[in-house]
Amino acid sequence: MSPFIRIRNVTRRFGDVVAVDDLSLDIDRGELFCLLGASGCGKTTLLRMLAGFERVDSGSIEIDGIDMAAVPPAARPVNIMFQNYALFPHMSVADNIAYGLRRAGLPKPEIVARLEELLRLVRLTGMGARQPLQLSGGQRQRVALARALARRPKLLLLDEPLAALDKKLREDTQFELVDIQERLETTFIVVTHDQEEAMTLASRIGVMDAGKLVQVDTPRTLYDRPRNRFIADFLGTVSFLEGVVTSVNGGFVSIDGAVSVTAADPGGFAVGDAVRMAIRPEKIALGRAPSGGVNEIPVTVEDLAFTGVATNYRVIGPDGVRLKLTHPNRRGDVVPLEWEQTGFVSFDPADVVLLRD
Amino acid sequence: MAAARQWIARHGRRLVVALPLLWLLVFFLLPLVEVAQTSFTVARRGIPPFAPLWGFGEDGFFTNFNLENYGLLLDYWQDYIGPAGNSLRLAFFSTLICLLFAYPMAWWIARSNPRRRAILLVLVMLPFWTSSLLRIYALIGLLNPNGFINSMLMFLGVIDTPIRMMQTDFSIYMGMLLTYLPLMILPLYAVMIRLEDDLLDAAADLGASRAGVFLTVVLPLTLPGIIAGSLLVFIPAVGEFVIPALLGGPEQIMVGKHGRQGVVDRILPQP
Repeated sequence: MSPFIRIRNVTRRFGDVVAVDDLSLDIDRGELFCLLGASGCGKTTLLRMLAGFERVDSGSIEIDGIDMAAVPPAARPVNIMFQNYALFPHMSVADNIAYGLRRAGLPKPEIVARLEELLRLVRLTGMGARQPLQLSGGQRQRVALARALARRPKLLLLDEPLAALDKKLREDTQFELVDIQERLETTFIVVTHDQEEAMTLASRIGVMDAGKLVQVDTPRTLYDRPRNRFIADFLGTVSFLEGVVTSVNGGFVSIDGAVSVTAADPGGFAVGDAVRMAIRPEKIALGRAPSGGVNEIPVTVEDLAFTGVATNYRVIGPDGVRLKLTHPNRRGDVVPLEWEQTGFVSFDPADVVLLRD
Repeated sequence: MAAARQWIARHGRRLVVALPLLWLLVFFLLPLVEVAQTSFTVARRGIPPFAPLWGFGEDGFFTNFNLENYGLLLDYWQDYIGPAGNSLRLAFFSTLICLLFAYPMAWWIARSNPRRRAILLVLVMLPFWTSSLLRIYALIGLLNPNGFINSMLMFLGVIDTPIRMMQTDFSIYMGMLLTYLPLMILPLYAVMIRLEDDLLDAAADLGASRAGVFLTVVLPLTLPGIIAGSLLVFIPAVGEFVIPALLGGPEQIMVGKHGRQGVVDRILPQP
């Protein structure tokens, strides 16, 4: 079976700038896919091309087996939820949500029934008569979602759906959005610059940079097995070490640099290769005394910050090697090290990601 | 000093509002009251050519309150209804024509990039830097039977005899359009610049045709600008008499011209 959305070698230029560069991507029906990238990486342009607001210079976009080249926005089985919601300020909540239904010429009783259903879906029952300006940010976001879902699109595009909400509300809304998506089984494509948002929402994430997809994977794979330095650095916090491979033996790679490190062998590395190692902060353990395990490095605490959930350390090792690590705040646990104190960090060979760039 | 500063801090806002209000009171409201008073008094020879409405003489308070002038209006209302109708018609169609020209122009300006937008706005306001009378005379120079347009057309052999453009509705409305167009463009531009592109995209995305987007989103959201611009054009256009006088025929008597004649002929001392 062919994929629900098939994007093939799509390119879009604005003058000299290549916004989307020969990009190909398949998305399955019912997926909650996330396009993640910094501003200007081309993710919004790609979204607008799917909606039909942006021309495709070359390449093709197929939705549900139909080429979209000649299909205008209004005729696509696609609706979009805009970044600032783009609610019509001169219309009530009900008129906003019913806008697409009226344009489709649905009979009045059907519109009324569908409107009630949508208001219930986004928990705005009884708010139909309000004006958008009378609503809170979270309510406005839900009106925009209901309006975009009104025509039962096969594909819903969401442009930074949570960016305008404050942090606490954003966390609740994330789960609500996933819940609605699972209930409706509509394919969602979310565009965001917020990696945490992408991780919590998406079943798969495509990370974009300079108009290209750098890596497409599940959130866990992206985080634990980044393909290159850009991905490792873009998603979460990471410490980098550099070195040269000295031996490849029995599933382990030994690397010599400022410190000696043993890493699990991902395959494809040979003696003499220059490598970059990426290690996540929560995978590094900190103690006062050496435990005698592998990958143990003597360090001095340079900086620490208590965040509630954990304490974030910045430590400095031999040859000025800097590492970032997170020590969880468990019951009965004392802060193992204070400023300027010395101790030892260690990490499992399996948690060392070897990168070529 | 400190006390003065404190006083300004406390009353500064009121002062800022009070000064223009005072100005309006003295130079706008008082003259209007004066005109209204004059309408209730009687004519006489002398300067001014009417008696005061009230005052204090040798016998104390006196008044010349009289409804004779309004009686005249009842007798001669037919003299006024024609010019009043002319003026309202002129104002109405001038407003409509200005709106039809200004709407797409304002749209184009508001949708331009900031650089071109600034240039276009300056161009819109540029005519205000010359006297409107000069612009009318320039238009006469263009439209005259031996003016620029007719000369060019005859030189090029398009026509043999000059087209009559002056002293027609065409010339009057050209003059009105030339004078009042910026007053319509600017308020329209002000509402259009605040209209988010996303609203238009959202309407199209939800299945609206181009006409549908215009009727359900653009038109209602630009209505405040349409109303403001129409009032700005309509109100002065009703009292306009220079343009019809210079560009129109003698049969086009406007209420402004009529009123001016009334004042000049009857009230002001004849030289």
